[in-house]
Amino acid sequence: MSDSLVELTDQGLYCPAGGFHIDPWKDVDRAVITHAHGDHARRGSRSYLAAEAGRGLLEARLGDVRLETRPYGEAVDINGVRVSFHPAGHVLGSAQVRIEYRGEVWVVSGDYKLADDPTCLPFEPVRCDTFITESTFALPIYRWERSGDIFHQINAWWRANRDAGRASIIFAYSLGKSQRILAGVDASIGPIITHAAVENLNRAYRATGVKLPETALVSETAKGKAFAGALVIAPPSAEGSAWQKRFEPASTAVASGWMQVRGARRRRSADRGFVLSDHADWPGLLEAVSLTGASRVLATHGSAGVLARWLREHGLDAGVIATRFGDEDDVAGGEAS
Amino acid sequence: MREFADLYAELDSTTKTGAKVAAMERYFASATPADAIWAVYFLSGRKPKQAAPSRRLRQWVRELADLPEWLFDECYHSVGDLAETIALLLPTSEQLSEMSLTDWVEQRLLPLRAMPEEEQKAAVLTAWRELDARRRFVWNKLITGEFRVGVSQLLVVRALANVAKLDPGLVTHRLMGEWSPTPAFYQSLVSAETGDGAASQPYPFFLAHPLEGEPPELGSAEDWQVEWKWDGIRSQVIRRRGQSFVWSRGEELVTDRYPELKSLADALPDGTVLDGEILPWKDGQVLPFQELQRRIGRKTVGKKLLQEVPVVLMAYDLIEIDGVDQRDRPLSERRDKLEQVARAIDHPELILSPRVQADSWESLANLRQTSRERQVEGMMLKRRSSPYRVGRIRGDWWKWKIEPYAVDAVLINAQAGHGRRSGLFTDYTFGVWDGEILVPIAKAYSGLTDEEIREVDAFVRRNTLEKFGPVRTVTPMLVFELGFEGIQASSRHKSGVAVRFPRMLRWRKDKQPRDADTLERVKALMRVGGES
Ligand SMILES: [Zn+2]
Ligand SMILES: [Zn+2]
Repeated sequence: MSDSLVELTDQGLYCPAGGFHIDPWKDVDRAVITHAHGDHARRGSRSYLAAEAGRGLLEARLGDVRLETRPYGEAVDINGVRVSFHPAGHVLGSAQVRIEYRGEVWVVSGDYKLADDPTCLPFEPVRCDTFITESTFALPIYRWERSGDIFHQINAWWRANRDAGRASIIFAYSLGKSQRILAGVDASIGPIITHAAVENLNRAYRATGVKLPETALVSETAKGKAFAGALVIAPPSAEGSAWQKRFEPASTAVASGWMQVRGARRRRSADRGFVLSDHADWPGLLEAVSLTGASRVLATHGSAGVLARWLREHGLDAGVIATRFGDEDDVAGGEAS
Repeated sequence: MREFADLYAELDSTTKTGAKVAAMERYFASATPADAIWAVYFLSGRKPKQAAPSRRLRQWVRELADLPEWLFDECYHSVGDLAETIALLLPTSEQLSEMSLTDWVEQRLLPLRAMPEEEQKAAVLTAWRELDARRRFVWNKLITGEFRVGVSQLLVVRALANVAKLDPGLVTHRLMGEWSPTPAFYQSLVSAETGDGAASQPYPFFLAHPLEGEPPELGSAEDWQVEWKWDGIRSQVIRRRGQSFVWSRGEELVTDRYPELKSLADALPDGTVLDGEILPWKDGQVLPFQELQRRIGRKTVGKKLLQEVPVVLMAYDLIEIDGVDQRDRPLSERRDKLEQVARAIDHPELILSPRVQADSWESLANLRQTSRERQVEGMMLKRRSSPYRVGRIRGDWWKWKIEPYAVDAVLINAQAGHGRRSGLFTDYTFGVWDGEILVPIAKAYSGLTDEEIREVDAFVRRNTLEKFGPVRTVTPMLVFELGFEGIQASSRHKSGVAVRFPRMLRWRKDKQPRDADTLERVKALMRVGGES
């Protein structure tokens, strides 16, 4: 029996006292899920527990599974362990998992950001003893501009393309980033067209009550109709594909935190890179850590070693926990970027 | 400065030639001559010397951003570019300067170098405060002497020529040689009048294109002048207004480094320009290129070196005679005149590039097989009716090179690249078998497609054995066919051999590490290669 409230096993993060896993990457009996991204929510487990706000997305992603949900802040008792979900500000329904047992509190952050996002509730700091935090962008070179400024850039690019008779194709992760863009752009500039992968998730967002501007599917757009002036939102997998050809002439862009670095920008063949991330930047990570009041921090995903060392040098007990969230190999902009 | 930084960002964000040229045209059309000529200066690859040592810049940015050294290093490793790392780490600036590019360069950049450290620090910090991220990046590139942007001089010339409505060849010619970035020079660069250039001004070289397909497709062999392809430094030797000039391919004036060629130029009739190759030459034979390297870069040469590595001009062409540009005359005519000049001056350091005589492509192909023994890289095919064109153009001049040396080698370590390839493992070291050990034989970083690079990058991350700073040793699993232009014995290399211009010819996914070549075979290639 381990004395850690949460430990790392072959299946993923595990709470031995409660007998449940958090975002497991293998099949388990009981999976507590932070959010619907593929590296966190996987099919195959016996039962799932998640935040109520994420139900629609999880159903869209996992299909017909045994899924139980709870509103944010409401505790569930699992074998004497109190488990509750708290907004992580990452995507719709994303949650930090608070775990309390015999007076000790751990929080597993999942992915989170502090920047504003009209498509989900903002990050809520939760006091805890141990904080397992993501650290995707844990380098001081990652400091995000205000979302408003980024949308200003996106709108200006779209408008300029419209005026030049071009379509504007923006590649963004289909879950979360796409809807944040939809909600953030100035929809009066022109029509908005979406890839089917994006539209699937738009439905779940709209059903949950998130306001998104009107969109049309590519397939619904009449054949031979010019796409000039339209904003097209598509997943990164569509980049460079034959699918993209029909919109020509078009300008392309990628929306991702990785676009902060010129080398990453240049490796993508897109014309523009907008630095728009659903993860916390360096100041955001430090602020989140400090708001939890945690004395112990375990970093995971991305530059975990850097964050841990920085926190140690600033008096915290900090280490790295090697989960399989994200894919460090895919530095040029993984799906969950 | 803002317009220039915007131009830089535009050039940087597109790979489309047309878009690049259009962006430069917009810039030149609206810039003052003073700004425009500085832009030409930087865009065409000229750059001031490093104005402040990198070590200091790192120190200052760490102070401003309050970062320990290890964290700065982590950032630098991740970004792969010092100027960019600094730009990303500096605190956001408040008051932006609207000073022109010229003022930034002449008042802020150029004086930096001579300043004492404290004054230099104050000046750099002030500059950082007055620039936003985009401009800081360009400024940092300028002060670190690393300014580079993905445009060739050819594109800069095209944009200038379009704006000035001039022939690109004329603009190229005017940009050759040494010039100062002054408004007056810009005026003369885009001027419609053709005045006398400087006595020293060389012509743009006509460069051969690698042969595509088979020579018989070029028509009758009789229409072609065939020469050996020599491996030296392409050069122009100029005699005008009683002065002599020797230019190297890199547009560098090297008259003083090659007294032999100065003497040759002195003997030329006034108003003559020769195109040829500087070759190390002794007892009627060319020496290995490595010998010439002993003279490259030496500003002054001692007697001993002059005796050990004498040079000659292997003359290819005659571009000007009696002060008249000959470039639109056919090659056959220029060759006749070149032969006349050579006969008239009969100078020991002037050697006419021999014409390879053969009655058919077939016999030429056979002769080409003797290239390695002759220490040449193959043949040059020049259409006898061709004018002397500007740049590398298909059609009239072809280089018909012999196949490079090729060996199969195993990837043994990798290092992250810089610039466009930052963050990706792109610089590789390869080994060949020496018994049970793989000894490093070459480093190479070119020859793979972007897709393959990403694949190798992922492999390196998953198969790292050890990390030494930025270098990762990997499990020896991947085999590549490497090509190179030459092999030489070397005591400085563990393998005992040094290769020239190594590159990856292809990824041999069909081969196992065991199938890679042995050091013995590589050494055998060296002997076949005609090392005398
Ligand atoms: Zn996520
Ligand atoms: Zn994730």
